[in-house]
Amino acid sequence: MATDAPPPSKEQHKLPSPEEFTEVQESAEFGELRRSYRSFAFPLTIAFIAWYLLYVLLSNYAGGFMGTKLFGNINVALVFGVAQFLTTFLIAWWYSKHAAANLDPKAEAIKSRMEGGA
Amino acid sequence: MSPAQQTLLAANEASQHRPLIITLFALFVLATLGITIWAGRQTKDAADFYAGGRQFSAFQNGLAVSGDYMSAASFLGIAGAIAIFGYDGFLYSIGFLVAWLVALLLVAEPLRNSGRYTMGDVLAYRMRQRPVRTAAGTSTIVVSIFYLLAQMAGAGVLVSLLLGITSDAGKILIVALVGVLMIVYVSIGGMKGTTWVQMIKAVLLIGGTILITFLVLLKFNFNISDLLGTAAEKSGKGAAFLEPGLQYGATGTSKLDFISLGIALVLGTAGLPHILIRFYTVPDAKAARKSVNWAIGIIGGFYLMTIALGFGAAALISQEEIIASNPSGNTAAPLLALHLGGVDSTWGAILLATISAVAFATILAVVAGLTLASSSSFAHDIYANVIRKGKASGAEEVRAARWATVFIGVVSIGLGALARDLNVAGLVALAFAVAASANLPTILYSLFWKRFTTQGALWSIYGGLIVAVGLVLFSPVVSGDPKAMFPEVDFAWFPLKNPGIISIPFGFLMGWLGTVLSKEEPDAKKFAELEVRSLTGTGAH
Repeated sequence: MATDAPPPSKEQHKLPSPEEFTEVQESAEFGELRRSYRSFAFPLTIAFIAWYLLYVLLSNYAGGFMGTKLFGNINVALVFGVAQFLTTFLIAWWYSKHAAANLDPKAEAIKSRMEGGA
Repeated sequence: MSPAQQTLLAANEASQHRPLIITLFALFVLATLGITIWAGRQTKDAADFYAGGRQFSAFQNGLAVSGDYMSAASFLGIAGAIAIFGYDGFLYSIGFLVAWLVALLLVAEPLRNSGRYTMGDVLAYRMRQRPVRTAAGTSTIVVSIFYLLAQMAGAGVLVSLLLGITSDAGKILIVALVGVLMIVYVSIGGMKGTTWVQMIKAVLLIGGTILITFLVLLKFNFNISDLLGTAAEKSGKGAAFLEPGLQYGATGTSKLDFISLGIALVLGTAGLPHILIRFYTVPDAKAARKSVNWAIGIIGGFYLMTIALGFGAAALISQEEIIASNPSGNTAAPLLALHLGGVDSTWGAILLATISAVAFATILAVVAGLTLASSSSFAHDIYANVIRKGKASGAEEVRAARWATVFIGVVSIGLGALARDLNVAGLVALAFAVAASANLPTILYSLFWKRFTTQGALWSIYGGLIVAVGLVLFSPVVSGDPKAMFPEVDFAWFPLKNPGIISIPFGFLMGWLGTVLSKEEPDAKKFAELEVRSLTGTGAH
């Protein structure tokens, strides 16, 4: 993930050899990057899909609850729906923060070493 | 005066201002054609044609992603669904937005890091190239054609409202015009031209929606509770209009349909080829991540405003008029514009013309993105890698892509006449279901499951694809319903309008089954390469 734009010749950089890729894949450093990515992205994905499905299921099977008026004509269903928007914005922001702090530096280090050595 | 007469009057009113409507539309077409020709001159190699040279900024791409994503389904379809069914229509807005998190967390960055031009690049990376590329190309084209169908339906609907044309000949003429324009945009401008068209469209659509939202809120003194209350009262359904269940709550089957739709929406986005290839237009994965964030902000803002569009239409226009104009509500947003300005006033006609021109721009930009995705996949996956076995030059690939554009344009013009009375958002949801069933399982397994094999990839793509499309074919969308494509026949033995609840798990299951039953070992070296590249960006270009 280079921070600067790639050179104008966009095609066919020389790739490291298959052995180098396998070696890096098995390294502790890459294992750490993979763990740091997966342990954040996977549970969070399950969580937001569950939260969204909860909304879908409540809409279907808990009409009375969803129809409860909170203030004026604004009911639980509308607030729940808008809450999905807010959590989406929040999760996008949270993931990006995590990626910038914990993933990008590790990825950058591996990439520059591999490309430097190629 | 009956509502149908009123609508006819509205159409006549619009016809009187036909020069204005045509001028606005022509302005957009001329401006975008100019950009397309300019972009065509800048398009020198395959990376320019497929990926716009990879030099768009994250914000530019975020805008273009939004322009690619917010289709006639979002603008015309959701507004109509809310206007008729109230709260149930809002599910589309929520599902279409939340879905972006799947793209952000799991797909956008790895795809940008390891692919070059198409979705097939990533799916075939560690597999036997020819069969997987063929499958990826097939699925790309099928998903895009479903999506195109919806956009063409939207175009036909607009014309009948604007020009008072209800004849098939008139509609076919407009669908043909849209088709020809998209062929020109894509074959000349490639990704660069398409990207600019999408950026301009996104600005116009957001601008138009903000204007309408503002005018709606102004009518209700910015009191949302009042707006909702009036909508509920005028709909004749009372408080139920603001609660879930009007469209889907009637029976156990319709409730299942709601869940099916909900799942398809949230899992579809990250498998849409025309969205995925947009991530190749930025320099690196970080920029891809930032462009998704921009898109989430822009798209989220837009979908929040669909509350004002949909409930505004319900509050200010009678149900009879909305339904008389289009049985699925597809014209609710332009009608709302007319009513906000005043049905018999010039101001009303100007607003109607503006919003209709925006809707046209919306359709054109999405259609261009879809055509680009399918012709790219045909040229890069099927022609270059399957037919020519990887020996085609970049120039030959681009030539093939340009011809594929013409072919796909002609096919979609042919299909465009089929789906007039279906809700546009419902049609697009079918494309989402197919994408979530055939593409998403294969993408996720490819990126994250070490054992995944060629056979697994083929089973998940074809399994998901065949079941999703097959179930649609035997659903009430195609036959056995007054609004179906073929209302006069009935072979709909599958009761749900959206196949997602069956076809998506089936796609995942087939990928797993194909893998565990395969005789060949997965290519461990290629997986090492894919995994390291997808997470670090090594060798990305």
